[in-house]
Amino acid sequence: MAQHQVNYASSAGLPIALTTVDHLVNWGRSNSLWPLTYGLACCAIEMMASGGSRFDFDRYGTIFRASPRQSDVMILAGTLSKKHAEFARRLYDQMTEPKWVISMGSCANTGGMFNTYATVQGVDRIVPVDIYLPGCAPRPETLQYAMMMLQKKIRRESANMKNNTKQNLRLI
Amino acid sequence: MRKYVPKDNVQGKAYYTDRFHVTPSVPKENVASDEIFAKQLAAVEAKMEVLSAHIQLGQMVIEVKAEDNYKAIETLKNECDYAMLSEMSAVDYLAKDGNFEVFYQLLNLKERKRMRLVCRVEQGQAVETVVPLYKSANFAEREMFDMFGIVANNHPFMKRILMPDDWEGYPLLKTYPLHGDEFASWYEVDKIFGKDAREAIGPEIRDQAEIERYDTKRFSRVGHEVPFGADISEGEPETPIEYSKTLLVDYTKGTKQLDKRK
Amino acid sequence: MQQPNKLSPFFENLNFERDDNTMVINFGPQHPSAHGQLRLMLELDGEQVVKAYPDIGYLHRGIEKMAENMTYNEFLPTTDRLDYIASTSNNYAYALAVEKLLGIEAPRRAQVIRTMLLELNRIISHLFFIATHALDVGAMSVFLYAFREREFAMDLMEDYCGARLTHSAVRIGGVPLDLPSDFMRNMRAFCDKIDYELEHTYNALLQENRIWKMRLEDVGVLTPEDALSWGCTGPMLRGSGIPYDIRKEEPYELYPELDFDIPVADTNDSYGRYRLYMAEMAECTKIIRQLILKYDGTEPQLMAHAPQYISAPKEEIMTQNYALMQHFVLVTQGMRPPKGEVYVPTESPKGELGFYIKSEGEPYAYRLKCRAPSFFHTGLLQEILVGTYIADVVTIIGSTNIVFGEVDR
Repeated sequence: MAQHQVNYASSAGLPIALTTVDHLVNWGRSNSLWPLTYGLACCAIEMMASGGSRFDFDRYGTIFRASPRQSDVMILAGTLSKKHAEFARRLYDQMTEPKWVISMGSCANTGGMFNTYATVQGVDRIVPVDIYLPGCAPRPETLQYAMMMLQKKIRRESANMKNNTKQNLRLI
Repeated sequence: MRKYVPKDNVQGKAYYTDRFHVTPSVPKENVASDEIFAKQLAAVEAKMEVLSAHIQLGQMVIEVKAEDNYKAIETLKNECDYAMLSEMSAVDYLAKDGNFEVFYQLLNLKERKRMRLVCRVEQGQAVETVVPLYKSANFAEREMFDMFGIVANNHPFMKRILMPDDWEGYPLLKTYPLHGDEFASWYEVDKIFGKDAREAIGPEIRDQAEIERYDTKRFSRVGHEVPFGADISEGEPETPIEYSKTLLVDYTKGTKQLDKRK
Repeated sequence: MQQPNKLSPFFENLNFERDDNTMVINFGPQHPSAHGQLRLMLELDGEQVVKAYPDIGYLHRGIEKMAENMTYNEFLPTTDRLDYIASTSNNYAYALAVEKLLGIEAPRRAQVIRTMLLELNRIISHLFFIATHALDVGAMSVFLYAFREREFAMDLMEDYCGARLTHSAVRIGGVPLDLPSDFMRNMRAFCDKIDYELEHTYNALLQENRIWKMRLEDVGVLTPEDALSWGCTGPMLRGSGIPYDIRKEEPYELYPELDFDIPVADTNDSYGRYRLYMAEMAECTKIIRQLILKYDGTEPQLMAHAPQYISAPKEEIMTQNYALMQHFVLVTQGMRPPKGEVYVPTESPKGELGFYIKSEGEPYAYRLKCRAPSFFHTGLLQEILVGTYIADVVTIIGSTNIVFGEVDR
């Protein structure tokens, strides 16, 4: 974020930084992504591990929130069953804009190994997904990398969410 | 001609079986060979008719009539010290014998003995609940009802447990396919978005190797990275990155005709 | 049926506006303290629970149905996802059931490795229990400490099989790999570490902690009669004063040769159960230390020799014609166990984990039923929660140590 750094020498000693609104807003959004603790199955344990002492997710400005109304990103960690699907959608609807979704693990991506009657074959049937994380279960490093990719993605987007492709293509 | 697929059992089957293969069986021992089990069997036989009894892999298996299940378990609990019901469920034999086998797995903590009480129920027939004897049967009988549709009479709360209340069909029946039926495949879409959204969302992709060439809205596709939802049916944008178009094998073209006569 | 675009609160047959001065609250299915996807309907009179109704099935994935459509070896990795906190104990319970059906026994070295991994998994699971239980009750720092030690245990598992969470480290008939070269040294260091931390971190943080004791003592009292009637096993049963441990009473694997105690708590409450978990972890390190000594001098064979069921070692497959043919048949068609049925109980970290397998002589199991301890412990909630205060609900759920992978299967 070199554009935001104040160079006192070049701006005549004045504390002025020039930037665009998009950059400023996205800088704020991307550096304090608060995920919703949406642990569903095995991947939830790895999600907890990434919040634990060795991997320490707080470094990224991510603090797990238990309420959808306080969170920006929903990490769908684990198998989504058909019985649970409506709750996942309801929690997604309760999140405030702007919101992003990470689908963590094979089960959430495509149904994975659970190609059965009771499993939703990919959470993208229910909610729009930004990042798909492969693995069964993905390691905590993978989740952290996904978070970094999401930050990159947010920085590329327009601050006005109406201009973004994803928002226009949303189902509902 | 279309390949014959049996309708009464749609579960996985071996694609090849040697004609001369004879499957061995796990040996069944006589109950008299173990004196504790023999004593317990005598206690049950004094009360009701026992259809068969044997010991298999160290555990006694007793078969009684379905009407006697409560009385048999009561005897086993009160007279033979079977203090815990570890497990109960059913096995679907509808295709083979036209009935279900309901089994109760019991544990005697003092003698360290385990036994299985078995009874056969017809389709539509109910068994008597054993919740007054063992509370662990509360959830187990509900699960049996959920998975097989076998009702336990006088159960305090006979309701589906694992599947949603408005689910259709009993998943562990042999006639129920692994991937679910029509109702199951649209369940979450119907429930959340309504039936009108079926067309927009599309059917479930059950083939794990499927890749759709021009679909840019889903997870996996062949080709360059293009914006979400872009229409590429007219051809993809030119990029310096090369990719192989031959990943998808077109079986309709270029196959050698092996039999020249046709 | 819900209408499109109208995701208003919707609960089946539940009236939230009531006249009898009680209040119904919904807990879950997505609640940070629900240990997965438990949904609880609590009817409250003031702050006291009058009626509790656990609703499960939000993680039902049809694993038993999958077992009917997969060959025996194919199904083994699926068992990882049952109790995903201690995967190896599920792999082992399944493999033991199939081995019993086939009538084979794993070679000695495989037995040593399996028992060692089982105990390592018990430590992983118990550490996770302490972490989440303390987090639910409100002690955040214990979570960070317990996850620190758990990562070391995960490193050991990773050294052995390459996976952190879903191990598949046990095969039907033995284990796939020998231990890596410096595994024993690391294991011994890990045991020392756990023993030290149990004494100096967890006991110091929790054992005599006034808040911890006030939250846990006399909460979730489970009488021995109820424990038996509800089918409670493992620490829940031993926490009620019944010393029944399958490792000791119906021994399997190397347990008859090992010297260890079965800790029992007779206070019947959550605090007693917590003490029990801590004591069990100390027993685990004791067992692992004995197993390290037993490993030396065993034959290097890792898989049982049973040509019609189990593939030969890789070197033989590559060099001998018959081994290759037999391997080909086993991989493409799957093994065909004899006809019969078997139920084998094992002591998983949560309790009695058993697999009932009905075989009709086909490569696919005719019926597989997984007896999961957590399923019965969840059933217990509808009775144990009645009469407690709402603040204790989370403590009791934490103390039952349920994992929803194996509750819903």
